[in-house]
Amino acid sequence: MSVVTVQLGQCGNQIGFEVFDALLSDSHSSQGLCCKRENEAYQASCKERFFSEEENGVPIARAVLVDMEPKVINQTLSKAAQSGRWKYGQHACFCQKQGSGNNWAYGYSVHGPRHEESIMDLIRKEVEKCDSFSGFFIIMSMAGGTGSGIGAFVTQNLQDQYSNSLKMNQIIWPYGTGEVIVQNYNSILTLSHLYRSSDALLVHENDAVHKICAKLMNIKQISFSDINQVLAHQLGSVFQPTYSAESSFHYRRNPLGDLMEHLVPHPEFKMLSIRNVPHMSENSLAYSTFTWAGLLKHLRQMLISNAKMEEGIDWHVRPPLSGLPSLGKMSLNKDLHFNTSIANLVILRGKDVQSADVEGFKDPALYTSWLEPVNAFNVWKTQRAFSKYEKSAVLVSNSQFLVKPLDMIVGKAWNMFASKAYIHQYTKFGIEEEDFLDSFTSLEQVVASYCNL
Amino acid sequence: MTQSVVVQVGQCGNQIGCCFWDLALREHAAVNQKGIYDEAISSFFRNVDTRVVGDGGSISKGKICSLKARAVLIDMEEGVVNEILQGPLRDVFDTKQLITDISGSGNNWAVGHRVFGSLYQDQILEKLRKSAEHCDCLQCFFIIHSMGGGTGSGLGTFLLKMLEDEFPEVYRFVTSIYPSGEDDVITSPYNSILAMKELNEHADCVLPIDNQSLFDIISKIDLMVNSGKLGTTVKPKSLVTSSSGALKTRHKKPFDAMNNIVANLLLNLTSSARFEGSLNMDLNEISMNLVPFPQLHYLVSSLTPLYTLTDVNIPPRRLDQMFSDAFSKDHQLLRADPKHSLYLACALMVRGNVQISDVRRNIERLKPSLQFVSWNQEGWKTSLCSIPPVGHSHSLLALANNTCVKPTFMELKERFMRLYKKKAHLHHYLQVEGMEESCFTEAVSSLSALIQEYNQLDATKNMPVQDLPRLSIAIILSSENISPGSLQFL
Repeated sequence: MSVVTVQLGQCGNQIGFEVFDALLSDSHSSQGLCCKRENEAYQASCKERFFSEEENGVPIARAVLVDMEPKVINQTLSKAAQSGRWKYGQHACFCQKQGSGNNWAYGYSVHGPRHEESIMDLIRKEVEKCDSFSGFFIIMSMAGGTGSGIGAFVTQNLQDQYSNSLKMNQIIWPYGTGEVIVQNYNSILTLSHLYRSSDALLVHENDAVHKICAKLMNIKQISFSDINQVLAHQLGSVFQPTYSAESSFHYRRNPLGDLMEHLVPHPEFKMLSIRNVPHMSENSLAYSTFTWAGLLKHLRQMLISNAKMEEGIDWHVRPPLSGLPSLGKMSLNKDLHFNTSIANLVILRGKDVQSADVEGFKDPALYTSWLEPVNAFNVWKTQRAFSKYEKSAVLVSNSQFLVKPLDMIVGKAWNMFASKAYIHQYTKFGIEEEDFLDSFTSLEQVVASYCNL
Repeated sequence: MTQSVVVQVGQCGNQIGCCFWDLALREHAAVNQKGIYDEAISSFFRNVDTRVVGDGGSISKGKICSLKARAVLIDMEEGVVNEILQGPLRDVFDTKQLITDISGSGNNWAVGHRVFGSLYQDQILEKLRKSAEHCDCLQCFFIIHSMGGGTGSGLGTFLLKMLEDEFPEVYRFVTSIYPSGEDDVITSPYNSILAMKELNEHADCVLPIDNQSLFDIISKIDLMVNSGKLGTTVKPKSLVTSSSGALKTRHKKPFDAMNNIVANLLLNLTSSARFEGSLNMDLNEISMNLVPFPQLHYLVSSLTPLYTLTDVNIPPRRLDQMFSDAFSKDHQLLRADPKHSLYLACALMVRGNVQISDVRRNIERLKPSLQFVSWNQEGWKTSLCSIPPVGHSHSLLALANNTCVKPTFMELKERFMRLYKKKAHLHHYLQVEGMEESCFTEAVSSLSALIQEYNQLDATKNMPVQDLPRLSIAIILSSENISPGSLQFL
């Protein structure tokens, strides 16, 4: 089944390019560590999900590119075409002349309705090209105007027009200190709206990915390109084909459906995040060897201690002893100690993957009381290695990972809202103070729900 | 891609404008090697087939035929505009874009605003409409003028109201040259205060600049270049004041170096909108991020570096120095010390080979020494444009919405009061039809209200930042089914 990607705004389009590039490079990689037939099945599955074929055999990404000003889309289209290996559809983009000015209200209330028909039309054409359709993957940032505002609007429209299809939003959480001054307002408006209309929110924090570039990849002068490539790697390791069950011979057919079935058991809890091991620069990779036991041990501790990457993990954090009553509600004032999960999915790819032991993730102490670990935890194992990593493990987690960042953003937005700063820029386009209050209410509820796990 | 129209008013406005167009051509020539009329150039220039007579002849794509500036030139004296039309830039302007008169405004705001305003209203409107029609998507009017004289100050601000009424959706960015302490125009305080009221009410964003600061920057550059302290030589094109390498050679005029700084300011301000980069910033984002309340729209600017050395490898230390300099009071284009005042918001517009990690490192480094208002502690806006200015490998424009503009306004008010109390020169203004003393008192109280806003913000400067109590939500979760029950506010 195929996934249609909608790339919105500068961030969405820049990342989207890297994702398709990473997916295709990996599927053509010669270091798959498996037999030829296996590799071909992998390639075919990847292609079916994310690309359609053109007459001369060049894969065309199943994507719709949307931006309110032309520079980024032009760049993205030409970069894809230059690679020679794949490209975007000629008529798959929608572009305007004047951007959204970092204004969520302008994106949502002006640009959205004005261009609704054109954008939905493009999406419909892309969906019609799919033989069987899995759902939408929407890539956007929260801090700006187009990705956030139009992203929220489009997601809502998709919910109305394609109510039977799934929608996963890939959201970029901005740096804590300013990329955009009104980023907190734009973020809370986006999140509260998406929480109602999206099926799952897959979150990447710029700060976290930046640290991965600095500490694990050892990049000295980190550019957005570097950050986007790390992101693309993480997404690729989740979305590339995997097996249905241990003894099946074909790849899973419904990537989005399977993910959501396992990870979003309840609509109140839909924020997901990704952790992967190992992740390092190519130079270091050549000199490293890994064992599944080691990788999984690290990954488990990253989950428990809420670490965002493999370095600097706090090994003192332990899950509460099972059988004893839980230690009381998580308080946001203290350092977040133990990270409770609702559901986890581990995807393993590479050599000897069948021998990997994931028992550590089935410990009931890791999870809330309302799901049996057998339902809360799933593992997918695939022989075929991913992107030059002999062994790689990725964890997609629905847990308390994002509570603290969410709480911080709500707090900062609230402080700014109390002084009424910048509000006139939003009311100018029809977003009133009540809309802000509604958003605050929804998000406080989300924070409270997660805290009470 | 959007277009902008520059409206240059008065002697000062036109001289700066002239430098701007010169440097803009130079910048685009350096970037656009193939001579194709692309979207970047179209933001400030039209491509015209000069063989076609009359109004048609605009070419939207393909090779560059003849570039015409998207500009309207207004002056109530002929001298400056005539010089421009006889100079090397004459081909860039169309005679249809000019409005001139002979007698000048006599350094009298009232003459500029009321007499010439009503006299030329229709003509000005017509030229503005024409220039807007030539644009595919007009985003912004850039008005360049001085505050102390008569035409730039009076007629320049008369325009603002007209633009607001006629083109309400188009931004109005005003570059205003404020009179220095030793200004030789006696009535400059009157003109400036009367103009300020208009800026308060009708401008989206104002970049105040004063001559003294520009002069100090020039002296500093001269000192550094001539002192021989720098081991290697300075690249001549890289002086932020230089017009060397400009496409057309002009005779050096006394204010040239200073005007070039302002011209560079405007180029850098629009660079991220015209050229590509990893984090773009359009002109509408400037207003969105830097103007938290409609009346507080005065932005102090600083440009660094002032010159580049011929040394090719730029060590990170030099890059960091560029960031530090942007906050020093010696680099501000207004007499102001942002470091010791309160920041409401700050934008860093970086050009060249600078990446996000460099910007973040410097923000972290400089943050502790800067004071931000309590509700905007992380009030930074960043933009990264890949194309550096001509002659530089990288550059930084910092725009600060900071209470350090207050002293400039207070000084202006003081100078005004000294004259007004004695009613000195008042009759020149009152004899203009429609002018009364109430115009003066209203203008002063408008300024006082503005100063009061800044005072109130300053009063919060050293108070500890408190987190306000948040909304409390009570959720009742039954143990069997998890759906959240009722929702209450505590």
